[in-house]
This record gives sequence, structure tokens and C-alpha cells, in this order.
Amino acid sequence: MSINTPTVNATALDATSAAAARRDILHRLLMTLGPILAALVIAGCILLAVGVDPLAYYGYVLEKGLFSPLGIQQTLTRMAPLLFLAAGLIVAFRAGMWNLGGDGQFLLGAVTAAASAPVFVQLMPAWLALICSFLIAAVVAMIWSLVPALLRAYQGVNEIITTLMMTFLGTSLANVLVKLVFRDPGTTVPQTRTLPVEDRLPRLFDTTITSGLLLGLAAIIIVHLVMTRTAFGLKLRIVGANPRAAIHAGLGVPGLTIAVFAISAGLAGLAGAVDIIGVQGNVRADWNPAYGLAVIPAVFLARMNGFAAIGFVFLLSVLSIGGESAARRLGVPNHFTLVLISIVLIVLALAEYVDHRYNQSRKA
Amino acid sequence: MVSLSSLPGAGKRDIVALEGVTKRFPGIVANDSIDLSIRPGEVHVLLGENGAGKSTLIGMLSGLLQPDEGRILVDGKPTQITSPRHALALGIGTVFQHMMLVPALTVAENLLLGGPWWQRPRTEELEARVAEITRSLGITVKLHAKVSELSLGEQQQVEILRAMVRNSRLLILDESTSMLTPKGIDELGALMRRLVEQGLAIVFITHKLKEAAAFGDRISVLKLGRKVGEIPPGRFRALGEQEIVSEIVELMFGKQKDDPEAVECPIRTVCVEAAPLLQVADLTVAPTDNAPGLSSISFDIRPGEILGIAGIDGNGQKQLAEALAGQRVATRGSVRLEGTAIEMLSVGERRQRGLRYLTDDRLGEGTVGTFPVSINFFLKQVGAAPFWRNGFEQRAEIDKRAAQLVREYDVRTPSLKTPVARLSGGNIQKVLLARELAEGAKVVIFNKPTYGLDLANTLASRQRIRDTAARGHAVLLISTDLEELLSMCDRIAVIANGALVGTVENVDDARTKVGRLMIGLAA
Repeated sequence: MSINTPTVNATALDATSAAAARRDILHRLLMTLGPILAALVIAGCILLAVGVDPLAYYGYVLEKGLFSPLGIQQTLTRMAPLLFLAAGLIVAFRAGMWNLGGDGQFLLGAVTAAASAPVFVQLMPAWLALICSFLIAAVVAMIWSLVPALLRAYQGVNEIITTLMMTFLGTSLANVLVKLVFRDPGTTVPQTRTLPVEDRLPRLFDTTITSGLLLGLAAIIIVHLVMTRTAFGLKLRIVGANPRAAIHAGLGVPGLTIAVFAISAGLAGLAGAVDIIGVQGNVRADWNPAYGLAVIPAVFLARMNGFAAIGFVFLLSVLSIGGESAARRLGVPNHFTLVLISIVLIVLALAEYVDHRYNQSRKA
Repeated sequence: MVSLSSLPGAGKRDIVALEGVTKRFPGIVANDSIDLSIRPGEVHVLLGENGAGKSTLIGMLSGLLQPDEGRILVDGKPTQITSPRHALALGIGTVFQHMMLVPALTVAENLLLGGPWWQRPRTEELEARVAEITRSLGITVKLHAKVSELSLGEQQQVEILRAMVRNSRLLILDESTSMLTPKGIDELGALMRRLVEQGLAIVFITHKLKEAAAFGDRISVLKLGRKVGEIPPGRFRALGEQEIVSEIVELMFGKQKDDPEAVECPIRTVCVEAAPLLQVADLTVAPTDNAPGLSSISFDIRPGEILGIAGIDGNGQKQLAEALAGQRVATRGSVRLEGTAIEMLSVGERRQRGLRYLTDDRLGEGTVGTFPVSINFFLKQVGAAPFWRNGFEQRAEIDKRAAQLVREYDVRTPSLKTPVARLSGGNIQKVLLARELAEGAKVVIFNKPTYGLDLANTLASRQRIRDTAARGHAVLLISTDLEELLSMCDRIAVIANGALVGTVENVDDARTKVGRLMIGLAA
């Protein structure tokens, strides 16, 4: 390494480092796509072992999730809430806080939006009603994150445990709210009142794709820019990368911690709202798509980079939409999608480990 | 395995010897060609302050670290100690500074840990073995008590017992007295004596001079990674305790003849009439579980003056620096900068007013290792113009200023984008110096500014500190290197157990006075 070489000309050195950066990106790409291919092969072997033709399975996944007009529209629609969740996770993970309570925050946001939107549309113009619903969904989710946030900020209680516990409470509370408080008296199944289709978020052009997709893309890109280009984002990254340096530099770590939880949970609440106001129209009791946990691997694979996360969320959507269809047609359990994703993660971690060891031995 | 009873006859052959052992960490030479011979029947005291390289040495003996240069001989044969398990197999048992027992298990269960997993624990065998060992040592150990119910002294006996049960011939005690009561310390001393009488070799690590003199047979003194002296058993017995202590003080703090760092202190004139720039009165910090507090610290520093804080590491130096910088809550006392009280202000507000704290923990809290050099220059100014406008990063401004600082402070870095942790210790220190001194400084606290640096960087850092004072700033220089303080300070205060025990003008006999204060004698 060239640590001790005197710096004569900073610009010349930056030029060589640009080449190094390109190599770095190429290496990253290889380290990400290689394991995914390997994982597809391993998952294929599992399919073979249970007597299913893997090529047919992957074929159905791609056909339904990517290539059929209806399927791709479903895929893109599914991306909307996932992008909001990913944005929330990027904020939290980059600040070194593991908000794993996304599902509870998502459902509470969803129920709040489902309960408030039909009321608001009768009181005010539709666009204002939707904005208000989004806002109070975000606020409710933020309040739900307050307990873990305060415990972490002032008592140092591990937020992984508290957010997970709060997510169980949150899903149960959402259920209770649907069944007891916001139940639509007009139906026999326990669900909230349904938002009329014409009051929902508009669809894009002549497709069934929700415009929530654009909101989600905007959210994740804004989050990415805030984290990488602003003073606030840098403060959060300092807290995440070296909390002691943050204290040394005089940053208000407790306040930043609470802000991180609020933003992260708020985005999860918006994810719930966008799914309800854009697509579902109501919340049925016991509905829990568990998007929050599914998005975590995608964010990790993207290394908390917003643009990469968009790609991985797309992949996740293709897999989950296509996987549902392929599972139906081939008699594979629906959860095989999760098996596939977890194999990807494990292979990726192994690749990371091997790469690290290789670098170490090369240095030595 | 050599049985214990046959050992005393083995006489003077080294069990373990180190020959020119060197260990480097990024930016730091932790051990610099150290020779050491460890013999049966001797308590070999390794004496040195924190950062002198004791722990690194122990790490290599117990198989946790591998030396970069030199070799370790076990029974005269060059041996690579590849793992802690291997060290145990060679008969090297280590009792670490922090207890390594499982509190929820009983003593017997703890002693049985580490046995082959495919066998049933051999409890009866263990009991017989323990009975034999404890009888010969005159200690009692409650085998069926839970470890969490034992006192720290008893836990330590269990750890020693564990090493004995595994047939250790060499027992390493790492700072073993640091958590014991005075009575416990005496008991440990007596136990060590009985162990060496049985033919064991003991390496006893401490930074307390009294213990070294009281319990040792042979003393090696480490200083900044180098072995600066050894008192062999022959001389040891010939000298009285007081003479040993003063000889050690000479070794630890004394001037070395060929010391290239020794620069005559240039006579600076500090204007005596000038109003103090920093006034600290009655500053008190409550002790925490693992750090001493501060009791009623008071001092003034005038413009252009360098006040040194001397003392053995861990006596409250860091707490003092942090309390002044605002990182640590003070329970009482006042801090005035240019006459204005700042003790209620936050870290950022104090910095704004010109108080700068150059931390000794460069990578731990001074920098964010994974962030580029350029950003690390401005860690304490995040959001401030011109580097951020309306909250948005101005990359061009940052890079321009960073390039300037890199030039001015001679930071050797491959590029501005290089993660700061990849630089050497000296260059990381230059980044910190640039950050704290570049503009607006009035009072600067330097905490161990040359710790772990090589000679060139040490001298450069010292020059920066002198320049800082010469510009009329007030400097508080905390250091464990007495030589450094003597070569730079106007006055030297000595800290012990969180209190200033005396302040000495840096004139002719300051060395002796400070040395005496440091070991608890009156100046």
C-alpha cells in the first residue's frame, strides 16, 4: 500500500483513484451478481430434489413477474410500498440503528390510512384528503416508534429487541382496531370501510400501475440524496459509523436517534398508507403481508444504497409476484420465494467472507 | 510435560525466552525488539504504563498474536505459539486482567470447560487434582459454589487454579491486582511466592511500583514498546525496597543518554500579568464503574503558556480532558474561557468559543475510520458554511480546503478520498491537528499527542504544540511521557486518583519533584 508516499499533486492522485473506483464498482457488481446466480443454481437443485423442474419454475417466475403485461404491472404496483419501506430502512441502517419493527409500523400506518381516508374524502377535496391520510399514517407510525427510540437514545436499550417486540404489539393492535373500532358495519367480514376506486391514487396512464410507484421512487431517491449529500445525512452516518466520534464531535446523539426512528417509522407508515390508498382500498382483519421483513435483505444486498435498492426491490417484486404464480402452477409452496431469497443472502455472506479473507491474505 | 516436583532442580534454564521480538500494529510499534528470559522459580515483573506494550507481549506469549520479527523459544527450541490452546499445551497459562470465568456456572464446571467434548466431564478426577493442588498452596476453593457468588479475589484464585489444573509451568498474571482489595493483593503476593517455590515461573504484569518491588524476583521495565531496563535477581536482593523503587523510577521516567527526543526547553516568556485564558475551579466528576472521577481540580492557564498534566495513565487524565471539552458531565465546578463561564455549554458551543480538544483515541473517537480524509477534517463543523450551504454539502469547497490543510499540515495521504483509517498513526494525528488548530483556537487540550507515533511525527507534533503556545493560545498538555512534559511545559501539575497532587514550575529540579509526586511522595 502507498500510505507513506508523499502527496505531491492531489489531482493526479485523484485521477488514478478514479480508475480504482471503476475497478471497485466492477468488483462490487461481480460480488453481488455472482452469488445471486449461484443461489439460483442451489435453489434449482432443491427444486429438483422435490421433483419440480427448476427451469419451468424460473420460467414461470419470469413469465408472470416480468414478461406478461399484467404481471409486470402487478410487479411495479407491488414495488410502491416496498420502496417506502426500503427508504425507511436505509435511513435507519445507515445511522446504525436496526429498526426491525417495520411490519408493525406498516400495518398501523395502513389501518390509520384505511380508517381516515374514507372519512376525509367526504369532508374535503380528494387530493387534500389523501395527503391528510398519508400524514396521519406517518404520524401514527412515528408515535409507535417512540418507545424504542427513547429507550435507545437515553437508556442505550438495544433497539433490535424493542422494535421486534413493538412489531408484534403493533400487528395485534392493528387487528384489534380493524375488528373493534374501524370495522365496516356494512360487511360481514371484519374489514375497514372501503375507499372507492375513483378516490384512490390515480393509476399511471392506461395501466393498472399505481402512481404510488412514483411516490415510492421519489421517497427513496430523496432519502438517498439526503443521506449522501446533506449535513443532516452526514450527521446520521457519523452516528452510525462511529457513535463515539459523534459524541466527540459534539453531535446531539439522542436527538438524532429519535429523528432516525421517526423518519424510518414514518416512511414505514407511508408504505402502509400507499398500499391502502393506492391499491387495496381497505384493510381486512389478520392481513399482514410482512413486507417489512422481506425488504431487509434487499436493502442489505444493495448495501444501503438507494439506487441499488430500487433494483433489488424490483427483483424482490418480480420474485414475489412471479413466485406466487409459479407456486400455484407447479405445486411448490408459496414460501419458496423466501427460501430462494434466504439462499441468496447466505451465499452472498459467504462470498463476502471469502473475499475478505482473500484480501487479508493478499495484504499479508 | 515436566512434573512440578522435578522443576526446582532444573535450575536456571529459561522456560520461555523472547529474542528480539517486534510487533507492529497499523501506525504503532507496540513491541520493539524485546528480549526477555523467563525462568522457573522466579516472579518476573513486567512493569510499564498503559501503552508500554505489556498486553501485546502477553498476547504473543499466550498465542493470541504472532510476532512480526524475532522469535520465542520454549525450552530452548524456537516455537510458534499458534493459538491459546497451543499455549496451554506448552504449559503457558494466562490469567487475564478481566475475569474469564462463566459466572452462572460452578467453579468445578468452569474448571472442566475446555475438555474434549466427546467425553463426560471427569469430576472425580478433577476433585482429587484440585485437592492436591490447593493443599500444597494452602488455599481453599469452593468447587461447588457458583462463580458469581465468589469475591474477585476468590475468582482470581480459581483462574490460577485453572491454569494449575492444566499443568501450567508458566503462569502469566495480567494486571491481576487492579481489581483486588489491599488484603487480596497481599494474599496474591503470598500465593505467587508459594507457586514459584514449587518451581513455577510467573510473569506478573503491573504498573504499580510498590507491588513490583514487593513481589518480584526480577523486573523488566517497558516504555513505549521498548525494554528500557532490567533488574536481575542478584541486584534485586541486594537492594532495599526503597532503592528498587527509585531505580525503577529512574528507568521509567529518567532521561536516557542517547535520547534523540531530548530538546532543551526553549525559554519562552509567558506574560505573568496577563489574565488567564482558561480558569478551572473546583471541577468535580463522579467516578463510574470503570473510570475514576475527578475531585476538585483547579488551575489557570495564561496566554502562551503550556501547562503539563503528568501522572500514571488512568488517573483521571481522560476524564479531565472530556469534562473540559464538554463530553463528560461535571457534578461541580466552573470552567472559564476568557473570563466567561462555559461549563454549561455543549461540546459544539465550547468549540465555537475556541476550546479545542485533541483526543488521544484517534481512531476510536477522533475520526470516522471509513470516511474519507476530506470529511474527517470537518467532522466537528458538519453543517457550517462554507462547506455546507442550506444543509447541502459543497463538495468543491470541502475538497479545496481539505487539499489546503493536507499541504499545510503535511498529511501524507494517497488522496483526499482515502478512508482515514488507512493512514499511518502519524498522519491521522496530523489530520486531527489540522482540524483542531487550523482556525479559531484559543485554548487547546492535547491528550497524549505523541502516543504511538514514530520519532519524526513525535517531533513534528511537539513543534505544532509549541507553535500553538507561541501564538498566544493556552495549552493544556496531558502526557504520560515525563520527558515530553519537561521539554515543553512552563508548569507541570501531577494528577493521581483524579486529583491534582501538586504543581511544579518547570525549572532545574522539576524532574525529581514531578517523579516524587507521581509515586505518591511529597515534592
